[in-house]
Amino acid sequence: MKTSFTVNGTPCSLDLDPRVTLLDALRDHLDLTGSKKGCDHGQCGACTVLVDGRRINACLSLAVMHDGDQITTVEGLSENGRSPLQSAFVRHDGMQCGYCTPGQLCSATAVMSEIADGWPSHVSDTLAGPYAMTREELAERMSGNICRCSCYPGINAAILEIAEEDVGYAEAAE
Amino acid sequence: MSVAKPLPHDSARLHVTGAARYVDDMPVPAGCLHLAFGLSEFACGDILSMDLEAVRAAPGVVMVLTAADLPFANDVSPSAHDEPLLAVDRVDYLGQPLFAVVATSHVAARRAARLGRIAHKARPALLTIEAALAANSRFEDGPRIYTMGDPAGAIDGADHQVTGRIDMGGQEHFYLEGQAALALPQEAGDMHVISSTQHPTEIQHKVAEALGVPMHGVRVETRRMGGGFGGKESQGNALAVACAVAARATGRACKMRYDRDDDMVITGKRHDFRIDYRAGFDAGGRIVGVEFVQYARCGWAQDLSLPVADRAMLHSDNAYRLPNVRIESHRLKTNTQSATAFRGFGGPQGMLGIERVMDHAARVLGLDGVEIRRRNYYDERVEGGSAPRPAAAPRDISVPKNEDLASRGAEVSEPGDAAAPEGAQVTPYGMEVRDFILHGMTRQLLESCDYAARRAAVDDWNARNATIKRGIAFSPVKFGISFTLTHLNQAGALVHVYQDGSVHLNHGGTEMGQGLFRKVAQVAAQRFGIAPEDVRITATDTAKVPNTSATAASSGSDLNGMAVQAACDIIRDRMAAHLAEQHQAAPGDVRFEGGRVYVGGAEYSFAEAAQMAYVGRVSLSATGFYKTPGLAWDRIEGRGRPFFYFAYGAAVSEVAVDTRTGENRILRADILHDAGASLNPAIDIGQVEGGYVQGAGWLTTEELVWDDAGRLRTHAPSTYKIPACSDRPDVFNVALWDGANPEATVYRSKAVGEPPFMLGISAFLALSDAVAACGPAYPALNAPATPEEIWRAIARARGEAR
Repeated sequence: MKTSFTVNGTPCSLDLDPRVTLLDALRDHLDLTGSKKGCDHGQCGACTVLVDGRRINACLSLAVMHDGDQITTVEGLSENGRSPLQSAFVRHDGMQCGYCTPGQLCSATAVMSEIADGWPSHVSDTLAGPYAMTREELAERMSGNICRCSCYPGINAAILEIAEEDVGYAEAAE
Repeated sequence: MSVAKPLPHDSARLHVTGAARYVDDMPVPAGCLHLAFGLSEFACGDILSMDLEAVRAAPGVVMVLTAADLPFANDVSPSAHDEPLLAVDRVDYLGQPLFAVVATSHVAARRAARLGRIAHKARPALLTIEAALAANSRFEDGPRIYTMGDPAGAIDGADHQVTGRIDMGGQEHFYLEGQAALALPQEAGDMHVISSTQHPTEIQHKVAEALGVPMHGVRVETRRMGGGFGGKESQGNALAVACAVAARATGRACKMRYDRDDDMVITGKRHDFRIDYRAGFDAGGRIVGVEFVQYARCGWAQDLSLPVADRAMLHSDNAYRLPNVRIESHRLKTNTQSATAFRGFGGPQGMLGIERVMDHAARVLGLDGVEIRRRNYYDERVEGGSAPRPAAAPRDISVPKNEDLASRGAEVSEPGDAAAPEGAQVTPYGMEVRDFILHGMTRQLLESCDYAARRAAVDDWNARNATIKRGIAFSPVKFGISFTLTHLNQAGALVHVYQDGSVHLNHGGTEMGQGLFRKVAQVAAQRFGIAPEDVRITATDTAKVPNTSATAASSGSDLNGMAVQAACDIIRDRMAAHLAEQHQAAPGDVRFEGGRVYVGGAEYSFAEAAQMAYVGRVSLSATGFYKTPGLAWDRIEGRGRPFFYFAYGAAVSEVAVDTRTGENRILRADILHDAGASLNPAIDIGQVEGGYVQGAGWLTTEELVWDDAGRLRTHAPSTYKIPACSDRPDVFNVALWDGANPEATVYRSKAVGEPPFMLGISAFLALSDAVAACGPAYPALNAPATPEEIWRAIARARGEAR
């Protein structure tokens, strides 16, 4: 089945079995291996990519559902690999084995837009917004991205640092 | 200075751009084939017939391999040769590989692997500790027993006795990158294997056996793993061997990657344990004697179970001086996945046994948990004072043919003599403890975390609140560093300096996120006085450094750092000698600093110095070698010095428990950890944080459940709860103890991979504390302390039936 979408700004046309997931299309057909296959069940978050700016688990989505979509993977988060968030992950050493890192970065990128756009989370006090990146909001919104090395302090520090610059930040009440 | 700097992981830039390649990310040659195993659907029985016609006929299938198709060894065991790659006649656990499908795609192979029809005659499966004991199903003839003094007499005559039992579950590694291997056939029958493994040499050995070639015909390469945690010490053998055999048979590249659910169903996990204990205390809370009976559920094959169970025995004392002690260890064989190495390697289980005793005794004696522990600590000793060690008589080492000597499961030992001096304070296995620092660490941690006031606040809270109970607990860690199989404590390195002054570094250790490559590169940069960026870290490769030990036992930077240091020093000394000769200076006066080389008033860049050495026909390549000194261990007698030194740590955790549901949270954790003179404080703190959370996960949320048929029911993160971002303590203070290793390790640092895992025990003890606040009886909490278990323990504390 013919499908066309844009990945990291580059238009792609693929002829795929309709059962091929977006993750497999990216990894096996477009050689974009930055997005990882951790569980292939949508439970670990290693495959998180952005579709039209929103984060999804690429392993739970069929490639043919994305005809015409704009897809961003970790390879496309910045031109030179040095976006503020990417650099913050390096600075705070927000990784150990690195396998969850692409998903964490894509997820965190989307979390910041979700907060900026006024989307509530399960722990938000109000449905009306606006929201700030508190520690509690961060923990809830990033809970779909497992880091088995449990490098969460580094990951959180990196995200909080950038969120403070971008979308406002409030220290959680003790 | 490059050593001791908090530099990020070596591949950090690659990780954040998705450019860091793991096995499944490697570009493969055209025509690459993919493998999947057909798995057993029953736990124990005889295979009557395997009808694989439908498998062979499935789309994309190129070949199907059974045990009968294997040309040479059908064995992927790291120890007892009891682990066939593909089952022969019988099945020993549900999930055991029966046949391998080789197909044109991963999906085609997996689809076809489901189509096998297996006729079998079931046998009763031994799934539990009770069942295995009843059937006397075990590894080794009987239990191992280490004894010191007269524990039974001491306990019987003690002022207080405590008796009890703790069950503790296993743990799935859940390395985020699943097991994977890629085999690339070469000319003349050689095989190049790229494997996600902590032990390239073992992969090389097993692949060579399976192909019927010498080890020089197999080259194994590992750039990095997406997590290992012990799960890639032996569990990668099956994939690498299967790929190599298929690659030989087809002449094409072959790749295998376990799907996550298959990975969890096929591979071994942490050993679950039961520990029965009986201990005696004097009126002052000092332990006078203790007896442990440890039962380890080892699964169907021996794998590394013997050294794992040994290490559980070796950590039965944790930080406490036990004057009279008996430890009996049963290694039980069951029809479940073959339990294997996992961060701590039995140490956590043994340590939880004595920590349970302390927790129980504190409750019985009415003592604070910290107080009873401090009263039982080993004494703090300064360095020195050990007796000279007599040279050991050479012993005949008879090695069975095909023994995998590089495995921790190897049945060979070369005991020396490392007797402790007369009157020394010793562990239950006779090793002198002379580097004990927990008195000072405990003092510092209790102050920094304001323990006394928080203890009182928790008690006050509990007196006023019936529904939410709080708990706070302290636990120390003393963890022995070295492979207990003494000969594995060796490492090699290969270093090249090129004419432009750039340095190529290789050693036997593997990178799995623990930061080994960064630390070792810092050592190399330090020796040459250059920047760490000028050192290129390269993939672990059996063709560059041979006969390596697994990257395990926390020993990676201790061993490989020293080997790299040795190699760098050889090259540096050659360069110094050459430059000194040209400048009529003494070689010892040549300095390598800040990217410059200073000699007799002249000054060169490191690159210029390298060029001069090259033109002067000086070899700029060297191997380095290191072996840990002073070790001698007899695992049968349980006597000797298995460890070079101990690494220490201490933690205080505070929790809250909802007594209606058992739901709970870790509110705060404070940790002080001993990494010696840290090679890289950023990486070490990351290891401590991650170790604590993973250890707490083992004892709280991570529950493995097998049904009555022996089927693992928790085979994905949907049913097996791995700590997420939201499970991290709200307040998490981690600091490193400021102190150098008294032993001559690389820059006086200490190993840091495993020891902090056991700091998670404090979270479990805090839950025990909260539950104990619910009633008068000791709740005897079992692990993992899931909400269900906490709910049951609350009933026990209250004396209710549930």
